[in-house]
Amino acid sequence: MPPDPAGDAAGAAVAGVTTGGDGSAGQTRTWRAFPRIDRQEIAAVFAGGALGTLARTALAEAFPHPPTAWPWPTFTVNLVACFLLGYFVTRLLERLPLSSYRRPLLGTGLCGGLSTFSTMQVEILGMIGAHDWGLAAGYAAASITAGYAAIYLATAMVRRVRVRA
Amino acid sequence: MNVLLWAAVVIIGGAGSVIRFLVDGAVAASTRREFPFGTLAINVSGALILGFVTGLALGHDQALLAGTAAVGSYTTFSTWMFESERLGEEHQLGKVAANVLVSLVLGVAAAALGKLIGAHL
Repeated sequence: MPPDPAGDAAGAAVAGVTTGGDGSAGQTRTWRAFPRIDRQEIAAVFAGGALGTLARTALAEAFPHPPTAWPWPTFTVNLVACFLLGYFVTRLLERLPLSSYRRPLLGTGLCGGLSTFSTMQVEILGMIGAHDWGLAAGYAAASITAGYAAIYLATAMVRRVRVRA
Repeated sequence: MNVLLWAAVVIIGGAGSVIRFLVDGAVAASTRREFPFGTLAINVSGALILGFVTGLALGHDQALLAGTAAVGSYTTFSTWMFESERLGEEHQLGKVAANVLVSLVLGVAAAALGKLIGAHL
């Protein structure tokens, strides 16, 4: 992340883009955006994803756990990735000047590679298979609640810093 | 644990993320509705594949590369939560609930199905 003293000229330029809408316009656009193949964008996703995956895999290897134990490695990377994604994307969409590669690098790449949905589902399946329904429900509920809260918190933190006009 | 294995983790992790990026763009472009179908498709298909890989009962290194690195990087928890939270900001609580519950239920079901198929091969 580049240092961004809030309220520099660039921040002010972004204010004009975002204050008109509710912040959701960018997100909606993203869903509808036709995939255009941009080499720089692809390279950024690759680099971020490689780093995120390396960190997640290293943590999973360092702390193996039986299927009926709380999956701390997955739980931790998912929450950290949520917090970082909320922080990065909110800043990039609402506080920093438009950049074509930072969101692919930090959001899609790093946070996407760091977090994982499939491992969580297989872990839940393992808990169900071991008839540990409480653990399965608790793990799913805690991940979703804390993940949602992490995005909300990171977003609120970024928005607390006013954009000076 | 060797350098080659970790180099493979890095490359596969990057590739899995790029595939996610492309699939998300393609699904989002073909479903013109304000619901994160791209992430849903990625996560459910990824859960199916990881279940399949789990069912195959591979050796440690193969499971690490195919499961943790490849499918793990393809799917995403953070974007799923991010899109849910942004729908929540728009007070689309029905869509938030649908996005969370449908992903979770279909994800576990897909993982179970994949594991069943993998175990019978």
